[in-house]
Amino acid sequence: MTMRRLSVFNVTSLVIGFAFLYLPILLLVIYSFNASRLVTVWGGFSTHWYGALFRNEALMEAAWVTLRVAFLSATLATLLGTLAALALARYGRFPGRTLFTGMVYAPMVMPEVITGLSLLLFFVAVGFDRGFWTITLAHTTLTMCFVTVVVQSRLMTFDRSLEEAAMDLGAPPLRTFFSVTLPLIAPSIVAGFLLAFTLSMDDLVIASFNTGPGATTLPIKIYSAVRLGLSPEVNAASAILIGIVTVGVISATLLSKRSVLRSRRNSH
Amino acid sequence: MTDRTLTRRLSAGLVPAVPYLWLGVLFLVPFLIVLKISLSDPAVAQPPYKPVFEWSDIAGFFSALDFENFILLTEDDLYFRATISSVRIAAVSTLLLLLVGFPIAYGMARAPERYRALLVAAIILPFWTSFLIRIYAWVAILKPEGLLTQVLVAIGLISEPLDILNTETAVYIGIVYAYLPFMVLPLFATLEKMDDTLLEAALDLGSTPWRSFWTITVPLAMPGIIAGSLLCFIPAVGEFVIPDLLGGSETLMIGRQLWSEFFSNRDWPLASAVAILLLIVLVVPIVIYRDVEARRLEAHR
Amino acid sequence: MRRSFAPWVKPDAKPLIRFENVTKRFGDSTAVDHLSLNIFEGEFFCLLGPSGCGKTTLMRMLAGFETPTKGTITLGDQNLAGVPPYRRPVNMMFQSYALFPHMSVEKNIAFGLKQDGMSKDQIADRVGEMLRLVQLEKLARRYPSQLSGGQRQRVALARALAKKPKVLLLDEPLGALDKKLREETQFELMDIQHELHMTFVVVTHDQEEAMTMADRIAVMDHGRIVQVATPGEIYEQPKTRFIAEFVGDVNIIEGHVQGQENGLWRVKTSSAAVPLTIDDPDEVLHSGQAVAIAVRPEKMVIQRDPPGPSAINVLTGEVWDIGYLGDWTVYRVKLATGEILRVTRANASRFVENPIEWDEQVYVTFAPDAAVILAE
Repeated sequence: MTMRRLSVFNVTSLVIGFAFLYLPILLLVIYSFNASRLVTVWGGFSTHWYGALFRNEALMEAAWVTLRVAFLSATLATLLGTLAALALARYGRFPGRTLFTGMVYAPMVMPEVITGLSLLLFFVAVGFDRGFWTITLAHTTLTMCFVTVVVQSRLMTFDRSLEEAAMDLGAPPLRTFFSVTLPLIAPSIVAGFLLAFTLSMDDLVIASFNTGPGATTLPIKIYSAVRLGLSPEVNAASAILIGIVTVGVISATLLSKRSVLRSRRNSH
Repeated sequence: MTDRTLTRRLSAGLVPAVPYLWLGVLFLVPFLIVLKISLSDPAVAQPPYKPVFEWSDIAGFFSALDFENFILLTEDDLYFRATISSVRIAAVSTLLLLLVGFPIAYGMARAPERYRALLVAAIILPFWTSFLIRIYAWVAILKPEGLLTQVLVAIGLISEPLDILNTETAVYIGIVYAYLPFMVLPLFATLEKMDDTLLEAALDLGSTPWRSFWTITVPLAMPGIIAGSLLCFIPAVGEFVIPDLLGGSETLMIGRQLWSEFFSNRDWPLASAVAILLLIVLVVPIVIYRDVEARRLEAHR
Repeated sequence: MRRSFAPWVKPDAKPLIRFENVTKRFGDSTAVDHLSLNIFEGEFFCLLGPSGCGKTTLMRMLAGFETPTKGTITLGDQNLAGVPPYRRPVNMMFQSYALFPHMSVEKNIAFGLKQDGMSKDQIADRVGEMLRLVQLEKLARRYPSQLSGGQRQRVALARALAKKPKVLLLDEPLGALDKKLREETQFELMDIQHELHMTFVVVTHDQEEAMTMADRIAVMDHGRIVQVATPGEIYEQPKTRFIAEFVGDVNIIEGHVQGQENGLWRVKTSSAAVPLTIDDPDEVLHSGQAVAIAVRPEKMVIQRDPPGPSAINVLTGEVWDIGYLGDWTVYRVKLATGEILRVTRANASRFVENPIEWDEQVYVTFAPDAAVILAE
């Protein structure tokens, strides 16, 4: 292959592009340390709003609900999404496959207002009380489709002869799945889980439709605060969330890099 | 032996059956309910519409359905304007996303291989942080007394505060900002696979770099352009958070209309009718998107 | 020792593997078409054919990954219908090797043994034995990604052999290796097969590989077996034009049977002035029948001087191309009819005085028993 060269134009577009992506987030984090109550006027460095945030019980409660919903729905979505991916990648043409792929791809691009509204009307129609569980079920339905696509693309690039080799060596289908297929698609399942978790934590629209008494999530809380105007406490909450995500992504990257290094070291 | 094969068959059948059933109940059935309710009359009750279904009265069920809500949608041109405006805003945003996203994806694809994974991670990282928070960040930037005005005044470009917040311009900025990863990643995926020698061959055969870009690079990047555009256009049409926080009252978008019918006016049947309208607008792009995605995955085989 | 091994000629010998009238269809296309075949215990058997001829499907049916649409496959006394791959006493070495990337070399080799519920000590012993057999003792703890292509091939072989299968299936076993390594490995595979007295069934599209290793070769085309025979028979007595052309190089001269004289066939062609004389007594032909005469390039003689008047099978032409290959020189001779003959000559001495040059008029001759008649 020939050497690829970066032109001045390439470098400029990368620099401007990444500045555009990161500057707003950076500004948000910086202004979360603003002493002034006026969000856009710098009044000196302070961690005041972080203290206020942690004393805000309603916000803390919402954060706890959000984490529980995210964990539960991501777990369910990972299970269902992995099964759906296996069905799409391994079952060939089963009856109703076209409808099935339609139901997997549509929720991912469907405007959230539609998904949220339709699920709410469903829950009302079957007489299901709105609250923690309706949000969890709604998020599971949405995020399992993302898990499906992530796991399915891994299964599609998977060398089928590995499974055949396991069976050829005497492993029945279920044992083949657990000893060969599952370990090899595990990274994509973990990625799918993290994606589902993030999407659930992040969702405002679907949660707003399907929420009920005692099940206010963090995005709902933040949204109502923002509607009333900029709030330094929201800045602090956002900065913490951004911090968690950044640390999480960086440590995950480092961990996977270290395991690569370790396996390389073993070879010498 | 036959017993065991039967159990094996049944348990193997569960793999597609469980997610199928889940999506059927929690995705397909809710749609049918939306359709049904869009055809019902509002009622002052909890829930605020006539019952969905009563087995005892099937004839009554059908006779109670009418197109009143849809007639209402056509009578009040607010909904028509909202639909047109949503499609227009989404289309312009998609075009802007292509203009902004292509140079970034192209730069990433031309970067040395050892940096590429890092660049991809850097594109995805903002996506992992909350959508709501990222839009919220722009409120502080675009406010009349906000950071953008402060910077532009400080360097002497303007003297009056910029009034961008609560305009369509702010919505465009918000959509481009929030959806950029969805445009860049599919573009990068196709551009990265492109064989560099094709461009060299085009140059060797006398084509200028600019002409080679349009005759070689763009056609070969078409799958990525289509996937990225659909991935941005479809949700943008129904976007709620961005027009709500950045667009102000005069930005008409259908997703927002649905939200206010539902939450402010508590007219559930009308909100359902709006949802059906939105779905009709999006059904063609969604089907195309599904085919594009399915084909991409099948291509791995 | 190998020369005396020929169970297929004994009428009472019982085959180990029997394909009886096996057909496999995928949708509208027929991959294997009413095929019957016997393979004997201890045989090194090659399925040879161009890609898409059905040889891989045939092997996959034996391994249990495909089910025959019609017909039966038996192994020993067992009908294999309905027996899943994990219950067949058959192991396979995959074309891609299919080494489990998340397991070390020893874990890969132990995988099949574990499925049989062997004790840890027994497994360790057997793995050690296998590692010695393929000379990989030092790499036991490495992962597949840390091995060279040749080493991976050995691990795949050891893993498939570990369970002492009744039949070892090898799908293009040497396809991924470079030429030099391929040749070494061919002989190694033969040694291992001989040492273990195991039945090997190899699928390959490489005729040289098949010729070197196999006791017998089955040449397949369009889902059918065209000929099953020893490598020598396949080369010297090809049954059809397809085999003659697929295995090795060949010159084909078309013509019509004129008659039989003293047990020799006389064939009239447009390529030679007088009818050609062919010694192929097994063929049953009638006068006027269209036939093809197949002559291998090394069995033709090229010369500058005209042969004597009593010479038979003389073709004249001019030298069109000369290719010097080191051990051989290839001459492409153009006849008056426009046909091009390929004639090879071994370079037995280092210097040749006055060698044949481009554009020279030459005579090409061949003996009556150098040619085979193939009915069209």
